[in-house]
Amino acid sequence: MEKEQKKLAVYVHIPFCAKKCGYCDFLSAPATGQVREAYIRALRQEISAFAERNRKALLDYYVCSVFFGGGTPSLLFEGVLGGILGLLREKLIFREDAEITVECNPNTLTTKKLSSYQRDGVNRLSIGLQSADNRELALLGRIHTFEDFLLSYRMAREAGFSNINIDIMAALPGQTMDSYAKTLGTVVKLKPEHISAYSLIIEEGTPFYERYGERDFGGLDGKPSDECLPDEETERAMYQLTGEILGEAGYSRYEISNYAREGKECRHNICYWNRTQYLGFGLGAASFFDGCRYCNVGDLTSYMEMAACGKPVCKKITRLSKKDSMEEFMFLGLRMMCGVSESDFSRQFGMGLFEVYGEVLKKHVSLGLIKVRDGRVSLTERGIDVSNAVFCDFLLDG
Amino acid sequence: MDQNRIRNFCIIAHIDHGKSTLADRIIEKTGLLTSREMQAQVLDNMELERERGITIKAQTVRTVYKAKDGEEYIFNLIDTPGHVDFNYEVSRSLAACEGALLVVDAAQGIEAQTLANVYLALDHNLDIVPVINKIDLPSADPERVKAEIEDVIGLPAQDAPLISAKTGVNIEDVLEAVVHKIPAPGGSENHPLKALIFDSVYDPYKGVIIFCRIMEGTVKKGTPIRMMATGATAEVVELGTFAPGQFLPCDKLSAGMVGYLTASLKNVKDTRVGDTVTNAQEPCSEPLPGYKKVNSMVYCGMYPADGAKYPDLRDALEKLQLNDAALKFEPENSVALGFGFRCGFLGLLHLEIIQERLEREYNLDLVTTAPSVIYKIHKTDGDVIDITNPSNLPDPSEVDYMEEPIVSAEIMVTTEFVGAIMKLCQERRGNYLGMEYMETTRALLKYELPLNEIIYDFFDALKSRSKGYASFDYELKGYERAELVKLDILINKEEVDALSFIVPEATAYERGRRMCEKLKAEIPRQLFEIPIQAAIGSKVIARETVKAMRKDVLAKCYGGDITRKKKLLEKQKEGKKRMRQVGNVEIPQKAFMSVLKLDED
Repeated sequence: MEKEQKKLAVYVHIPFCAKKCGYCDFLSAPATGQVREAYIRALRQEISAFAERNRKALLDYYVCSVFFGGGTPSLLFEGVLGGILGLLREKLIFREDAEITVECNPNTLTTKKLSSYQRDGVNRLSIGLQSADNRELALLGRIHTFEDFLLSYRMAREAGFSNINIDIMAALPGQTMDSYAKTLGTVVKLKPEHISAYSLIIEEGTPFYERYGERDFGGLDGKPSDECLPDEETERAMYQLTGEILGEAGYSRYEISNYAREGKECRHNICYWNRTQYLGFGLGAASFFDGCRYCNVGDLTSYMEMAACGKPVCKKITRLSKKDSMEEFMFLGLRMMCGVSESDFSRQFGMGLFEVYGEVLKKHVSLGLIKVRDGRVSLTERGIDVSNAVFCDFLLDG
Repeated sequence: MDQNRIRNFCIIAHIDHGKSTLADRIIEKTGLLTSREMQAQVLDNMELERERGITIKAQTVRTVYKAKDGEEYIFNLIDTPGHVDFNYEVSRSLAACEGALLVVDAAQGIEAQTLANVYLALDHNLDIVPVINKIDLPSADPERVKAEIEDVIGLPAQDAPLISAKTGVNIEDVLEAVVHKIPAPGGSENHPLKALIFDSVYDPYKGVIIFCRIMEGTVKKGTPIRMMATGATAEVVELGTFAPGQFLPCDKLSAGMVGYLTASLKNVKDTRVGDTVTNAQEPCSEPLPGYKKVNSMVYCGMYPADGAKYPDLRDALEKLQLNDAALKFEPENSVALGFGFRCGFLGLLHLEIIQERLEREYNLDLVTTAPSVIYKIHKTDGDVIDITNPSNLPDPSEVDYMEEPIVSAEIMVTTEFVGAIMKLCQERRGNYLGMEYMETTRALLKYELPLNEIIYDFFDALKSRSKGYASFDYELKGYERAELVKLDILINKEEVDALSFIVPEATAYERGRRMCEKLKAEIPRQLFEIPIQAAIGSKVIARETVKAMRKDVLAKCYGGDITRKKKLLEKQKEGKKRMRQVGNVEIPQKAFMSVLKLDED
């Protein structure tokens, strides 16, 4: 009997950028051409070795999405990503209409690169704009201006890309409601298919943490300055405004921070929230495969040495228990506006959603943070604001 | 050893005048320890004491001194605690001695505790030998201090040894003074056994170790003994004397000697400090007088942060009680905090020390409620009851009137700060009794103060308002009628019993307002709005609101690193576990203690 083929997503991490931004805590840094070449070699070795070890198992999967993330994958010379894609196609079964995304930054795209992406089958671009205000971009430490972005975006359209995401950020240093509204308006006019609108998070270990981490809003000696972070109220108001402006322009929010025109939701991201399995290749990349979560080593030298020997490059494997899986099902699924389905839960775990989480659901429904409708459980608007506090309660004791 | 060659004495001093350092030097000079063996302060062997620089537990040590007359003398040096909270422990130690060395700082002169300790020593008929310490200090003025001792205390001080315990200068003079100015003990070794318990420690192998001074008679291995107050009987298993840092077993202890006994006593309640040990078969006619009954002055609730640790807390308190006759406790339970104990202490320092020992030595995580004094409640039906826990106060309709404990306080301060200190006492509802000038630059202020007003932070306030120059001593005077009310705190409309206070009616509004402010700052925002109210009976007198949590959302997804996201959620959940659930509200443990520190801001 023929087995049903299972969905699989692939993430490829490119840990290089032109210049590290002050807020960025992803595994990424500038590097010389030599290092980049060596890394791509290691990456290919990792992919080949993995495919070799799991040849039989992989026959049951088809790839529905590939995402080149970073860092700045568009920094690489033309043909490099295509080479990796070619290798993936050789080792894995691809679905005809697989979504293939490259994360790009303005000032790294050229017409040559864009047409090579087209040839290689890349069908989606995700471009990091962050803000349409040049002063805010400078405070963030971005290497580009809004005009640079505009040029890249037009080049991409001219090259034939019909599925483009633009990344923007709220709660930036020096940002006001007005300037953020302007960014939103400007982006909407460009009519991208997808918009990711994140709030800036000040992560420990970044230069921004030094500056903004200890103080509430980053004002010096308690005095507000025009480089301050917006306060919580403003940040939430910005979030509301995002929904309003983008909603009017025909984008619907399908996840806490993601907005799309109908049918243009990012399939790759949805895989994460739906707990579809995925393979992560490259430095520090995470995978979810065969009931386990894996995390690759984060040290470049060790990664390259291990990959060169054809050894697995993961440093951590967590086998998920049923409890872990149920928890994930909830706190990942609830990030999506459509929420989680009762029937999916009972099909996957053989227990009713209300049997496991009855008390918690009751509490949050009565607090107005969660709604239950038509067999689906989802966050309310207010629930989104405090979603971490809600998710915490879905972690089971013991 | 001939009784004439024994000297039982202690050292009394104001805090920081160098008592422990002098004890170290005496031990060193009497040669039982080499310099190499000396720790910085031999007597203070408890970790906590070293850190705080004060002696909590009375300890005793026996050394041998070869005097200038060529004879060897046994010195039993009994260490005494140095804080006003521990007056009772001081008195126990004093009763075991014939004399006391009075250490006075050559620069600072007499302080409030110097006087208090001298009066206590005189109460026990001790011979007092003044010693002037810290003569190496540039600001030392030994002649002025000598004059002060003679004028203020009335002790001859012209030939007082002038020493520096720190550098070791003239320690020999002190040793000779002990031999010549402190009398040898009396008592007959042929009389029936009569020994005073002045301390005891619990040892997991030997059981209770009793520290005692033999007043009359003799005790040997195998002697059947009886504690006269508790009636407990046992047979002596081991006995001996105190070498520095260790027990030194011997065959017998007789009248005039100081030593220890073990008798396989496991029950801590059998060896009450202050009791008289006698021979069970040949008892003395009556117990020794002189030990004051210890009274707890300050009470608070102590609860394990983890309810399952309740038995551990009980065991730890029992063990501490053995070493600390002043500690009292009894089970109680609180709606907010679950099962715990209402504990009685000599004062706030004593409370803090016990709390720290429970946390450090017994690894317990505690929630401590606001300290309270003992109030006398005169009910309308004529009954008078003592209340140590504000939440046990009867309904106001059943209360005729209330009384609170009042202390007589003596505050010594340099004249420039008299105004500031008088203002402080006024704020604390003090009743001015008078002022005496000790000399031109220093005055002794006398006040009556409600005990309740000094147990929180009076000492700190005193120090800060006098730039550290004021010293303070007090004793319980009695009870006085006061207009008091019970102030309740309601969090999210529910009364939190552990936060109830009894306060003077006149300051209730202010206190309630500040408690609400403080709690607002301590309670983290939660998913819903939380009203915090202060109320007297059903009347709300102050209110604050902890606004609902505005934002707690992770915008991004860290690529596919779900494990990282889950860790963040787990950490957040762990933080919630460390809080106390009262109704729907999570209250951090430190909030219960923070309401005491209203004066810090």
